Amino acid sequence: MTKGPTTRLRHSAVLAALTFAWLATPAAAEVVFLSTQLRPIESAQKLRSEILKDFPGGAEFVTEQPPQLGVHIRAEQQAGKPVSSLIGALHGELQPLAAESLVPLDDVLETLKDRGLNPGMVEAGKLGTTKQMFIPWMQATYIMVANKQALPFLPAGADINALTYDQLAQWGANIQAKTGKRMIGFPAGPTGLMHRFFEGYLYPSYTGGVVTTFKSPDAVAMWTTFRDLWKTVNPNSTNYGFMQEPLLSGDVWIAFDHVARLIDALSRKPDDFVAFPAPSGPKGLGYMPVVAGLAIAKGAPQAEEAKQLIAYLTRPDMQVKTAKAVAFFPVVKVDLPGDIDPGLKLEIDAVQKMTSAKNALVSLLPVGLDQRGGEFDKVYLDTFQRIVLRGEDPKAALDRQGQALKRIIAETKARCWLPDKPSDGPCPVE
Amino acid sequence: MREPKALPYLLIAPSALFLTGLFLIPLAQTAVLAFQESGGAWGLGNLRRMTDELNFPDALANTFKVVLLAVPLQLVLALGMTMALRNIRRGRDLLVWVWSIPLGISDLAAGLVWLAILNDQGWLNSALFRLGLIAQPQAWLTYETPAALLAAIVIAEIWRATAIVFVILLAGVQLLPKEYEEAADVFGATPWQRFFRITVPLLKPSIQTALILRTVLAFEMFAMAMALGGRNFPVLVSEAFNAQYFSQDYGVAAAYAVLVMTISVAATVLYLVALRVPAEQR
Amino acid sequence: MSEARPPSSNRALLWAGVAVLCAWTLLPIYLLALGALGGREIVSQWPKPFAPLGLSLQTLGTFLAIEGVWRATWVSVKAAALTMAMALALGVPAGYALARFRFRGAGAYRVLILMTRAFPVAILALPLTVSFIRLGVYDTPLGVALVHAVLATPFATLVCASLFMGIPKELEEAAWVFGCSRFTGFLRVVLPLALPGIAAASIFAFVLSWNEVFAASVLTVRQRTLTAYLLSVLSESPLHLQFAGGLVLIVPSVLFIFLVRRRLFAMWGIGNR
Repeated sequence: MTKGPTTRLRHSAVLAALTFAWLATPAAAEVVFLSTQLRPIESAQKLRSEILKDFPGGAEFVTEQPPQLGVHIRAEQQAGKPVSSLIGALHGELQPLAAESLVPLDDVLETLKDRGLNPGMVEAGKLGTTKQMFIPWMQATYIMVANKQALPFLPAGADINALTYDQLAQWGANIQAKTGKRMIGFPAGPTGLMHRFFEGYLYPSYTGGVVTTFKSPDAVAMWTTFRDLWKTVNPNSTNYGFMQEPLLSGDVWIAFDHVARLIDALSRKPDDFVAFPAPSGPKGLGYMPVVAGLAIAKGAPQAEEAKQLIAYLTRPDMQVKTAKAVAFFPVVKVDLPGDIDPGLKLEIDAVQKMTSAKNALVSLLPVGLDQRGGEFDKVYLDTFQRIVLRGEDPKAALDRQGQALKRIIAETKARCWLPDKPSDGPCPVE
Repeated sequence: MREPKALPYLLIAPSALFLTGLFLIPLAQTAVLAFQESGGAWGLGNLRRMTDELNFPDALANTFKVVLLAVPLQLVLALGMTMALRNIRRGRDLLVWVWSIPLGISDLAAGLVWLAILNDQGWLNSALFRLGLIAQPQAWLTYETPAALLAAIVIAEIWRATAIVFVILLAGVQLLPKEYEEAADVFGATPWQRFFRITVPLLKPSIQTALILRTVLAFEMFAMAMALGGRNFPVLVSEAFNAQYFSQDYGVAAAYAVLVMTISVAATVLYLVALRVPAEQR
Repeated sequence: MSEARPPSSNRALLWAGVAVLCAWTLLPIYLLALGALGGREIVSQWPKPFAPLGLSLQTLGTFLAIEGVWRATWVSVKAAALTMAMALALGVPAGYALARFRFRGAGAYRVLILMTRAFPVAILALPLTVSFIRLGVYDTPLGVALVHAVLATPFATLVCASLFMGIPKELEEAAWVFGCSRFTGFLRVVLPLALPGIAAASIFAFVLSWNEVFAASVLTVRQRTLTAYLLSVLSESPLHLQFAGGLVLIVPSVLFIFLVRRRLFAMWGIGNR
């Protein structure tokens, strides 16, 4: 009577112990490739099935949200047995890891000498140290796309390839006047990249800076103008993450976004859309090139294989394949073949026009903010929300948000980056 | 039978130890984080930064609006479902199944379900269009339609989480002694009298459990608010999550956590006092 | 059943209400299924069809072919099963203690339990990351289950306590008179009566673990649970894939509840004894 349950209990205890032992064992692994890029499911899938599948030995591609990358890598290293070997991330995301969590890759760079890697990007890969901390992997930027139905409404005399923000506003207003709909769209939803529009496009174009000019009179004028432009913007914009969807569904005719987040619309309906450079403001055509790099984690379990994977991913043929698959452009000297996807062709042409524009003004991703990149982005998004969505007084809102910006800069001691002029100490908010 | 004094303590010891290690200690760490300045000194800096945040007043208001609108409606709906089920003989287990389905649906999935229905080109607009009520897609989930957005989130919350109240009440109803209600019938009580005078008071322990669980869970809802409202419908937990995850401002995240916990504990105490269950009914 | 049957107009009203409630529960899921099975074009189609025409499994296929989905599903099952086991092992005894004994500290214990439910999970998981790494349970289903058990145990304890409260003490005392010890009395008398309710508590535990996202995201790298995996990929995926993902999240819970529906029904059965 009492024996039954006890024996049963003992059996189940043994069973439980065995189960726990089995469940606590991590799975055996190939090279683990942790990336903040190519997070969208279809991009990740294409990287796996079209590019990584032929890598000898195999690689496991895992994605992570950018703000979590540092936490993730440090957590692994504190555990004493890191899991991820290769890290793929943007320049600014790798920088906070450089000091403690990455290994120098000068030997790898040496073997890649004949690849014709973009020298500026290789230099950026030093991350402010004397050693090579990452190898450039791929590049991208942000452009505009419009439905051809919108073209008849272009303001008189406007050249779509040299548009100004005022003309964009007029364009939207023309469409609204004729169709009654607000057809400009921005990716201002929770998963959208709207902050990059402010940091890399609007601020540089109107003020020539990002941090130093944050609350300048130019900025006040800029926000006032942008608030007017927003009157012709589809109110669903604060829900959009990827502009290719509202473009395809016809909710939006004119949109700004990352090239990889527009490609689906362009390659599925290349005849319905045009791609063109971002507009210019009084100070020029601000735009933001994005460089993703490959780095190896300290204590990486498969460091050798990870180095081979770097060499593999930077092979010219793989770079072309990557561009075709996920619309991130090569970082090595390579000619794209003539048979590329027409959507990708549209993007490449637009990027070409944008980067070669006479008034082009390069803005970099924030540098030196350590783990505070997210808070930095929030400053710009909050300013947008206050001034544009809530109609607060621009001057007061900028003063208020400027405090938060100052605090972040002061605590990280970040120096100015382009297009702000170089600073000796922490970048001043004037 | 003689009550061994130690027995109840032995019974709760494993879970108490477990909760201490995995809950109280991390909780204390969070509280410490909330009241510590970046230099390590104690202070209210994080709380002040939290209340200064742009979305804080909205998040606070939205959280309360959702809880205050959704929870009472859920209770009424679940009581109705439970009572309807008492009067049904055939097909009962099918009904129990159908009505319990949302029990297994996460707020992420529920958000996706309602996004499919409520987006501009979703099924709600399609239905209205076919009925000739609208000529073109109507936006429901933008910052320009706050009332519709709130309604959408409350409806989705009711859809998702009424099942848990329903199941708890059903579990309570099973234990109601039939005799009281039969006696009420004998004395000529109307169904409504019987319901309010006999059934509801007898169900009080279950109602209390259900309300506590549901209210606290409603304070935690946010994946749905994010799926449906984008940036337009901040709630306290989504702000905590954003502070933690995107801004990596752990101090402010911890401050939000402490606030949410304070509110939840206050709500729980309120229910415990307001719906006090007499000892003889335990 | 001794109750008089209500008049037939009331019955019609009752059935109408029941039908509305069923539609209310099922229609949204049906529409999501249309979205998930309608292929890529459904997202931009206007007005959307209500009939299940032109369905294809293509989107769902694309979704299920995504690397890691199956593994994540398996991790989810393991974590949820462990959570369920831990919640029951801890919650049933504690619920019994709360229901049957009045002891010093019971109030404090109740407060501890309620506090557990009153705290946002995501933030709880963060201080735990470091200790989990030291214990070697970081990035394992067990680690995820430990945190989920923190959430599920109070559920189980509260539900069990109210179940045991509802079982008359006299039944148990009768068993003792017939020579059962407290333990065997519990096993033979109380447990069978409470079993359906305990089954319900286990569903809570399982489903809670299945659905929980943030602790699971924070505490894993490669051993992601399905929900955590979907959260990381879905938020940045096209709408039709999001719908497919939503459907994949919902179907198992519908099936799971279907499997235990007799248990849910049995809870009702006891009430009519």
